[in-house]
Amino acid sequence: MMAMQLWQLLDLLLAGLTLGLGWAAVSSPDLRRSVVFFIAFGLLLAVVWARLKAPDLALAEAAIGAGLSGALLLSALRDEPDTAMVGDVRVGPIAALISLASLALAAGFAWVTVHTLGSADPVRLADEITAQLPNSGVSNPVTAVLLNFRAYDTLLELAVLLAAVLGILALGPARRPYRAAGPLLDGLLRWLVPLLIVTAGYLLWAGAHAPGGAFQAGAMLAAAAVMLRLGGHTSAGLPRAPIQRILLTAGIAAFVLVGVTTTGLGLGFLQYPEGWSGALILLIEAAATLAIATTLALAYIGGRPTTWGPEKPANTAGEPAERD
Amino acid sequence: MLFAEITYALTGIGLFALGLRGSLLRRSLLGRIIGFNVCGAGVFMLFVAIAYRGPEQVPDALPHALVLTGIVVAVSATALALALGRRLRESEHE
Repeated sequence: MMAMQLWQLLDLLLAGLTLGLGWAAVSSPDLRRSVVFFIAFGLLLAVVWARLKAPDLALAEAAIGAGLSGALLLSALRDEPDTAMVGDVRVGPIAALISLASLALAAGFAWVTVHTLGSADPVRLADEITAQLPNSGVSNPVTAVLLNFRAYDTLLELAVLLAAVLGILALGPARRPYRAAGPLLDGLLRWLVPLLIVTAGYLLWAGAHAPGGAFQAGAMLAAAAVMLRLGGHTSAGLPRAPIQRILLTAGIAAFVLVGVTTTGLGLGFLQYPEGWSGALILLIEAAATLAIATTLALAYIGGRPTTWGPEKPANTAGEPAERD
Repeated sequence: MLFAEITYALTGIGLFALGLRGSLLRRSLLGRIIGFNVCGAGVFMLFVAIAYRGPEQVPDALPHALVLTGIVVAVSATALALALGRRLRESEHE
């Protein structure tokens, strides 16, 4: 009974802290503070996921939600004019109205949620997943859902990532690179980057039976790229441009290749042949890890890397005439 | 109905509303993006709370898989939004 109450106290504390930090991140009139609060908020979310027995999410959130998003926002902060640093939140009657409307929306949602959760035991897909897990080729249910039961969704998700990074690459050149690091950071990088690569390899392999998988591993590799970039390595450790292009599409390519092959064998699209699931999942995950890592690294660089060479001159003849 | 489930579900809804309010009330694009991310985190928390089934039970893996892809899509959308914002500012200076 005592332990139960302690858990409830912890839950209330965590929930309160999360709301408080979320509030601080969106309501601080100083943009710099907002970014810092948001990073802390991401870290706290990782703790909440761990509390709710979602270690896969905790790993991903710590690497992406707190780490990569934070790095992205901090870099973007560099470009922000100083005038944006104060008074960033609107005040006045319309602002009060918006606050009131959000509050009403939250109250409505809360009412619906409490009533839905309180109703008779809802139908869940969890039992189906548990029943089919032995046939999936992996024993981590999250990996089984992502790479087997709902593999088509993950394929499309990789396509979304590719679309996002193509948009970033098309928008212009990369952000200014950072200065070369001093000997201390350089020495740290020499240790940290290999460690991150090994961790990524471990997470990829462990994803079959324990928390981990392509997303967490890709995020780890991307973290190594961000560290290198911050340390003054302009290329962020990425390979040459043609290889980058191959890596960006590697995840989708592996998925489609496996899908087309299974279709050719007379099975459904991405319906793995019996006994092959584990190996095929590992193959797709390995390719997806590289693709996700390259995507996130290029997203952090924020545009077309200078190592890609100058942009090809646009075909001026085909451009539509300017209209007034 | 579990205490943790309902607590975190309501926290998620609170975060959703907070983020929505923030993304509407902020002046700078960066602030709006932060608001939008808090909004998304609220949705994720609602999902994960519903997946939780108590200390002895294995949680529902399907919402976890959805949220995992959601986290990765959210960060790439954030990066795209920031790149768009940078381009916008550059074109204003030209």
